[in-house]
Amino acid sequence: MRFSQLYNYEIAIFLSMIGFYVLVSRGNLVKKVAGLSMFQTSVFILYISMGVVQDGTVPILVDGVRVYSNPLPHVLILTAIVVGVATTAVALALIIRIKEAYDTVEEDEIHEQDRSF
Amino acid sequence: MIGPVIDILLLSFMIVIALAVVRMRDLFGVAMLVSLFSLLCAGVFTVMDAADVAFTEAAVGAGISTILMLATLTRTARRERRRASGVSILPLTVVCITGALLVFGTSDLPRLGDPDAPIHKHVADRYLQRSGEEIGIPNVVTSILASYRGYDTLGETAVIFTAGIAVIALLGLRRRRPRPARRREGNDALGETTVVSTAAVADEPVQGRPEKGGDG
Repeated sequence: MRFSQLYNYEIAIFLSMIGFYVLVSRGNLVKKVAGLSMFQTSVFILYISMGVVQDGTVPILVDGVRVYSNPLPHVLILTAIVVGVATTAVALALIIRIKEAYDTVEEDEIHEQDRSF
Repeated sequence: MIGPVIDILLLSFMIVIALAVVRMRDLFGVAMLVSLFSLLCAGVFTVMDAADVAFTEAAVGAGISTILMLATLTRTARRERRRASGVSILPLTVVCITGALLVFGTSDLPRLGDPDAPIHKHVADRYLQRSGEEIGIPNVVTSILASYRGYDTLGETAVIFTAGIAVIALLGLRRRRPRPARRREGNDALGETTVVSTAAVADEPVQGRPEKGGDG
């Protein structure tokens, strides 16, 4: 494999910024979580890109192979994926709870109700 | 030399999907697209020689996250409420500035796949050369995850446990209580309609609650 520039990093940043835009601009809480999830996934791409080694292969030891990609980012991202799902689960549980308390999951309507107390 | 081509192709699919998520108002569709986003991401990981990460992303990112999101949608509104806007200026500015700073930050990173990059010079080399005899299994990622950095994994388990406790505390316990005192809605301006609708929610059984009229 030949990688000669930084395009993976740039694309990962672009994707994460789309996720960030969804996160800050949309009022629906479920959609915010979707944006956060995309942001997270893009950061994983950034990390895994750093571990790629030219002409390397999957880090599973085999006779006759000398170049492997870096296993350390893989381990970190494995942990991050699972932790990410755990935080997403808590966020979604909070949304369900907010829906029951306020009867809406739109941010501005929640603010409106809060102000009127 | 097919690797970079597939890589770019998958990444451009992901860009299209991300832009579709921005525009889409049907939250069911959004959940499906985010799932597809994760699945394509797993494909990118495979191209970049990260097989274990690809498995996990496909199973956990594309699978479990989607199930959680769909479960949330059955309990909340199916569609995003329509707003007056088109593109909102302030978020776009913030996002563009952040993105520009990040691109500036990556500009002096080592090129992709550079075998002399600093990240490959520290402990990773030792793991690759010694883990075969020290741990005795061929998969280096598993060796690091379960042995060299086992405390990280223990911490991860603690995080998941905490998250499980949090979800149970938020959703699980309250069902046994009699109907909790609702917020003080009776004596305010928007009171009446709100009281009626929350009371209706509380009377229904929790399972299979039908989605209430539209977007609230």
